[in-house]
Formats: sequence, structure tokens, C-alpha cells
Amino acid sequence: MTRRLLLLLPLVGFLVLGAFLFMGLSINPFERDSALMAREFPAFELTTLEDAERVVDASLLEGEVTLVNVWGEWCPTCKQEMPQLLDLADRGVRLVGVDYKDTREKGREFLAEFGNPFEVNIFDPEGSLGFDLGVYGAPETFLVDRDGIIRYHHTGYIRPEDVRETILPEVEKWR
Amino acid sequence: MQTLMIPEIGHYALIIALLMALVQGVMPLAGAATRRPLWMAYARPMATGQFLFLAIAYACLTASYLLDDFSVANVANNSNSMLPWYYKASAVWGNHEGSVLLWSLILAAWGFAVSRFSRELPRDMLARVMGVMGLVSLGFLAFVLITSNPFERLLPNVPQDGADLNPLLQDFGLIVHPPMLYMGYVGFSVVFAFAIAALLGGRLDAAWTRWARPWTNIAWAFLTVGIALGSWWAYYELGWGGWWFWDPVENASLLPWLAGTALIHSLAVTEKRGAFKSWTVLLAISTFSLSLMGTFLVRSGVLTSVHAFANDPSRGLFILVLLGITVGLSLLLFALRAPRVSHQVGFSWLSRDALLLINNILLVIMTVTVLLGTVYPLLLDALNLGKISVGPPYFNALFVPLTVILCLFMGLGPLSRWKHTPARDLFQRSWHAGLAALVIGAVAPLLYRGEWNLKVSLGVVIALWIVLPMARDLWVKSRHSAGRVAGLRRLSLAYWGMILGHLGIAVTIIGVTVVSNYAIERNVRMGVGDSVEVAGYTFTMTELANRRGPNYLADAAEIEVQRGDSRRSFTMTPEKRLYIARGMPMTQVALRPGLFRDLYVAMGEDLEDGSWAMRIQHKPFVRWLWLGALLMAAGGVLAVADRRYRRTVTARDPERAAAVEPREATA
Amino acid sequence: MALIIRLLLCACLLWPLLGLAAVEVREFDNPVTEQRYRDLTATLRCPKCENQAIDDSESPIAGDMRERVYAQLQDGRSDKEILDFMVSRFGDYVLYNPRLEGRTLLLWGLPAGLVLLGALVVVLMVRARRRTSARDLSAEERARLEALTKRERTE
Repeated sequence: MTRRLLLLLPLVGFLVLGAFLFMGLSINPFERDSALMAREFPAFELTTLEDAERVVDASLLEGEVTLVNVWGEWCPTCKQEMPQLLDLADRGVRLVGVDYKDTREKGREFLAEFGNPFEVNIFDPEGSLGFDLGVYGAPETFLVDRDGIIRYHHTGYIRPEDVRETILPEVEKWR
Repeated sequence: MQTLMIPEIGHYALIIALLMALVQGVMPLAGAATRRPLWMAYARPMATGQFLFLAIAYACLTASYLLDDFSVANVANNSNSMLPWYYKASAVWGNHEGSVLLWSLILAAWGFAVSRFSRELPRDMLARVMGVMGLVSLGFLAFVLITSNPFERLLPNVPQDGADLNPLLQDFGLIVHPPMLYMGYVGFSVVFAFAIAALLGGRLDAAWTRWARPWTNIAWAFLTVGIALGSWWAYYELGWGGWWFWDPVENASLLPWLAGTALIHSLAVTEKRGAFKSWTVLLAISTFSLSLMGTFLVRSGVLTSVHAFANDPSRGLFILVLLGITVGLSLLLFALRAPRVSHQVGFSWLSRDALLLINNILLVIMTVTVLLGTVYPLLLDALNLGKISVGPPYFNALFVPLTVILCLFMGLGPLSRWKHTPARDLFQRSWHAGLAALVIGAVAPLLYRGEWNLKVSLGVVIALWIVLPMARDLWVKSRHSAGRVAGLRRLSLAYWGMILGHLGIAVTIIGVTVVSNYAIERNVRMGVGDSVEVAGYTFTMTELANRRGPNYLADAAEIEVQRGDSRRSFTMTPEKRLYIARGMPMTQVALRPGLFRDLYVAMGEDLEDGSWAMRIQHKPFVRWLWLGALLMAAGGVLAVADRRYRRTVTARDPERAAAVEPREATA
Repeated sequence: MALIIRLLLCACLLWPLLGLAAVEVREFDNPVTEQRYRDLTATLRCPKCENQAIDDSESPIAGDMRERVYAQLQDGRSDKEILDFMVSRFGDYVLYNPRLEGRTLLLWGLPAGLVLLGALVVVLMVRARRRTSARDLSAEERARLEALTKRERTE
């Protein structure tokens, strides 16, 4: 009897492994949650893109639910998602931009050409804020609630469907 | 421009091959089950036909590449008119569709070979073996035709030129590594088929192992060479001097290798002693299953890897189903048909049987460890426990100690006798070697670099522990009244096979130990006229220039290298290439190989002030890694060489057979 | 398929250039720190690439991470602090050496467990089979066997 059970063990082991491999097919190994989920927005002290004299810090994001979008002039996908961001701004969502690894000139050019849905843009030429946010590829978007806690993270391009299906509901949830 | 019919011919040939595989799969198995010789007789001709038509299909695809037929999607995606012809021919397997076609071709080739070289197999056994192989072929050909057809056309909008082969693949490594690897992976299907045939026929005596051994050893040798070539290729191609990264795709090739190593030893025990019969069957099934799983992991997108082919979950599902059916049914058959009561073969603690049991257990643990580490991130992710990474630190931490333990027993194995070795004998045969190994190992790092190093000592000790007892044993066994040479010639090929195989491991261990601990790497800034000293060599940049190749532009640096105070010098020319078709930049490393050290120079970044950031490396003993693998492979083949000789001789010449028989005792 | 497009659009930085070694010239005060730098950059995973460590990847984020590792080493931070720093920003994903915690107990424990189990199996099997051979031979047979094996050449 024990022998028969032992002989079945390899099959059982294989089936378990097979089940996991099957589950693996529907998982995207690249998609992962931000390490900053449910944590405070990182502290920073940077100037804004619009005004080189004005310094802002994390308190900028408190008081209202904010969508922080990390973009750059060099990033083609950021251009493609601008319509969606403008749409969100039209719907009354507060947007703050982080101009990541750009020069002031390039950043302003970008906004002039594609529109500016942002209330204000944090100028991050070195990418230090981006680094603290764990950004590894623009565009990335963070939803920050009233108390400055990061509640949702969207890596990459925001499609029109995403606006309706995920972003707006999340914004509403945390309002 | 006239559209050629060649791809269509290839496509039809593929379909015919599939039909033949179907017949080859079904008829012989049904014939063996119902004792119909006529049905069983389908096996050989179908195997021949399948191979023939697959060869035609493959030739058609290759022809499409060589003729720059960009109406074939596969050619357009992976080739280019400026590509040298030998890379066009290799580009056939440098992509998913072509490589699965190659896999199928090689499977058919092994099947054909088995049908040709198995005259002495009982008819029903051969029928079952061929039937199983036919079914596996069927699965793969179905996969090719349904999900990965290389003959798809881009009519009517034929592109002007192709997208070019990835520059990283435009290298000698592409010409040799995949075919060798596939010969190994697919070769294990033979022993798999034998095991299933044995289960189906209820004939689980040791006979099937005798027939299966040569096929298994040869497949294992191919896989060994294939893996070594992959490591060597990555080393000189990727620009960072590494030779193993525990990447999922690399692990996918190591898993069947580890199981295969256990298998070749287990087959020996079962053949000689009739022990571990069920275990050997299970191993045979598992080794090929790991080959199949490797295919799945590499092509399904389930794991991230730099080497991965097209990551396509829909193809992944097909392979998983194929895997599920093949492995699931095999293991079920095993559970149902493996003998419930095994004839207990007796042996004692210090017997070769026991030592090989330990060998098998350790190798299986190593296999499980590598498998666990490879799929663990997936496991956790599927259970919603987050995303982690498992990389070289984990694998090295576990694999190295396990290897050390394995080597400890490897020293004793060759000295032991079947069934029982008196402890006294074993001790007497090994204590000199053991002592010498310890002393030399302790002293080695001091002699080599003037400083003691525990890891290096350990590596040297275990390598010598493998070699020295065998050397002594060889010395003793080759004693002969007619002189040493006569004595050596009297020894069986199987014995030489074992010596070479184990020597190979020792050589690889030395290579790994030395290069891991003593490699030197320096990143320096160099402009024309600058000199740098690394490991006693002086590197001087004498020129920076622009060059043009057949399909690329390059920045090249001429580096003159001098050793110590020697007057003689040689030049190394690393390049930074830009491949025109894909616009892809690539580092071409300058390598100066040597038996005891490699010199390695790569261009890093253009620092825009007339100088470049260069990486210079000194890699001692790195070649030993791959030389060891070659020795292992040679050993594997030798170990079954005399067996085949004996078999053929027995058939033709009974007198000579009698003279050859005494060799049996020494094996 | 949409997933793949999304993936491609996602990571918008330059294609992680394979075949290019990440070569920066860095000065170190002592060889120990240099070795630590090498070890740390070999054990941190590039968050963007398809399985490469940051010491090997050309992607910009890997370059940034290497800068930070270097800067923190100069600041005198310990290895653990540097790793924690990276994990708090990029997650456990960037550790090639998985931490020993609840969810990785199986990962770290199974191999050791198997070794113990394997040892047990060997002991049990050999003991069972020793008895088999011992039982099979009578005293006379054993004596004959002794005589034979003494004469038999090894192997």
C-alpha cells in the first residue's frame, strides 16, 4: 500500500507543478505593485518647471486627492497619453506632474505642444524624486490621497479605457 | 518578381510528416498490444518517411533563407540580404518557429536512428519504442503546424528586405550551440520511449536498460557539449565576462542535464545489478519531462529571461497541454505498472551500489533545488504573495555545498566494488590520495597567489580527491607483465569512459574555483597613448578608428599588450558596433584565449574627450570550465563504446566474441 | 496580444542594450569597498530589464542605482542599509538573494530538508539490503565467496 502511494507521488508532484505553470500563463511577470503602496509620498525639495524660484515639497500633495504623473519630453508614450490626462483634468481631477530627467526648455516645449493638464509640474532633472518613487520607466502615475499616502500606482501608458475603468473609480474611492 | 513554390513544398512535406508521425504513433503500439506483426511493421518505414519529409521541410525553410525569400514571414522577421550566408542558414533556428522545426527534425532523426540500429531488439519492444517516439513527434508537429508554422507567407505585400538577425546572434555560437543542445534534449526521448515501452510491455527486467544505455549516454554527451557551448558563447559575446547566470533558460538546460547524469549512472546499476529498476524508469521519464518543461519555460513567457524566445502565452498553453499529456500519462502509467514488489538486490554500505544510490539522491536534490529556485517567483506570484527574484546568490549558496558533498562520494565511487567493498580495501586505496589532496589543496592558493584562500583550497581538494584515487587505481590496474602500455590497452573502454568523465568534472571544478576567486576586472579610462597594468600585463591603446563591416559600422580600438618585461607583444581589437538594419549597438569583445588565462578587453563608453571607458579583465583558468565539459562528454561516449562493439561482434563472429568476453569483468 | 502592446508601451526608456557592459570608471579608497560595490551591484536586479543585475545592464535606471550604491558606500553605509534603501523604493523584486522570511521558508528549507531525507533513505535502504544479502548466504557459501573475492582482481 505504501509502495503504491509512493509510486503516485511523482504524478501528484507533477500535477501541482503543472497547476502553477498554468496559473503562470495568465500572470504577467513584469507587472508588479509599487513598493510605496500605502506609504507616504517621499519627501523632496525641488523647484517647479514653471517657476525656477518656487520650491515645493511633499505638502504640495496634501489636502486633496492628487494624481502624480511622471513624464519626460524624451518619452514617446507620454505624448500618447496626454489626451487621457487632459480628459482627467477636465473631469476635475487634480493633476501634478513630475518632469523627469529633462531640461527646463524641453519640459516647457513638451507642455506647449501637447497641452498642460497639470496644476503644477515638479522639476526633477536629476531624477532624484523619480528614484525615490521607484520609477524605472516613464510614464508612471501615482494616486496620492488627502493625507499624502500613495494609494494606487499605474505603470506605463494610460489607455482611454483605463481612465474610465480604473483611474476614476480609484480617485472617487479615496476622495 | 516570381514567387517561389519552395515554402509550399516545405509546408506540404511538414503535413505529410505529421501524418506519418500519426501512423508511427498509433499502429505499432496497437500492433504490440494486439500482437499484430503487420501493424508493428509500420514502425520502421514510418520513422524513415517522417525523417525524410521533415528533412525536406527543413531544407525548404533553409533554402528560403538562403535565397532571401522575404515573402516568407519567418525569413522577413529574422534575416536580411546583407547577412553572411552562414548566418542565414543559422538564422533558421535563431527564432521560435524555426527552432521548433529543428527540434522536430532532430526528433525524427533520433527515431530514424533507433529504427536502424536496433536489429536485436524484440519486435514488440521496438514497436512500442517507435510508437512512443511517434506520438511525441505527433505532438510537436501539431504544435508547429497549428501555432508556429514557419512557412507563413506575407503575400502580397512582400517586404523589400528583412528585419535582420539580432546582432547578438550573428556569431559562431549560433551555428553550434542550438543544434548540440537540441540533440541532447531530444535524445533523451529515446530512453524515455524505452522506459514507457518497458512499462507498457510489462517487461521490466534489466534488458531494456542495456539497449537504452548507448542512446542515453550519447544524448547526455550532446547536452553536455551544448550547455558548455552556451556558456562559452555568453562569455565572449555578452561583454561582461560571465559564464553562468542561473538564468531561467540556462537552468532549463541544466535540469535535464542533472537528471540525465543521475540517469546514466542509474542505468549502469540497473543493467549490471538489476537494482533500482523502478527508480531508473522514473528517472528516464523525468529527464525527458524536464527537457519538455524547459521548452515550455523558454517559450511561454512565464519567466523573464534575456534568452527567452517569443513570449507567447497562447503557445505556452499548447506546450503545457502537450507536457501535461505526455508527462501526466507517463507518470500515471508508472504508478500503475511499476512493480509493486521489487526484488531486493543486496548490497552493503561501502558498495558501488550504495555509492551510486547516494550519487543519484544528491543529483536529484540538486535538480529539485534548481527547479525550485527557477519557478519559485512564479509560485509566490500565483499565490498572490508578491513578486520576488531568485538569482545567482541563492543558487550558488545551495548548489556549491551540494556539489562538494557529491564530490566527496565521487572520490570513493570508482574504487568501490559492486555489492560489497571491505572497508580496509577502500581505505588502503584512497588514503594516500586523500592526504595528498588535502596537502596540495591547502598549499595551492599560497603557491598561486601568495595568500591563503579557503574557497580555493576547498575547490582544489575536492578536484584532487576525484582525480588522485582514480590515478592510483589506474596505475594499479594497468600493471601487466608485457609492460605498462599493454596494461593500459587491456582496460575496457567503459573504464576509460568513467575516468574521462570524472576527470572532466574535476577539471571544470578547478576552472570554476580559480576563475571565481582570482579573476581581476578593472574599469579604466583610456585614450590613445594611455597604458594600464592588469595582472602583470601592460595594455596600451595605440589607436582609435572607425571601421565598416558587412552589415555594421564600428568604433575600434587597437590595444597593444605586453606581458611583464617581455619584449614580445600582441594586439587586441575590441569594437563597438552599430548594426545598420536594426540600428542596434553591440560590444564586440577582444579576447585573447589561453589554457591558463584569458585576457578580455571591452569598450564601454565613449567619454567624448578622445578617451573611452574600457573594461579589462584577466580570467585565469576559465577555459578549464569548458575543457572539463568536453572531457565529460568524451567520457560519456566512451563508456558505451565497447558495449556496442561487443554486440556487433557477437552477431558476426562467435569466435571473436569469446575472446572479447573477458572484458566484461573489468567493466 | 494587447497585454504585450501595453508592456511595450509601458517601459518607455531606451531598450536595455544587451551586449553592452555597463562600464564606469570609479575610484575606491580600498579594495574591500570595491569588492562590496561589485557584490552589491551583482546582487541587485535591474527593475526594468529582462533578468540582469545592475552591474551588467545599460539601462538608465541601472546606472542611477549604481550611482546610489557608490554614493552610499562612500557615505559609509552598511550593505544591509543599501539593500534596504533599494527595496524600499523598488520592492523585494530587486533582490537576487531572496530574504529569509515566511514566504521563502520552503525555498531555503526544502533543499536542506531533502538532504536529511535523502540521508534517511540511504540508511534505510542499505540496512534493508544488507539484511537481504546476509540472509541469502550460508556460512559455507560465505566462506567460498571470501575465497573467490580475494582472488578476484578489483572491479
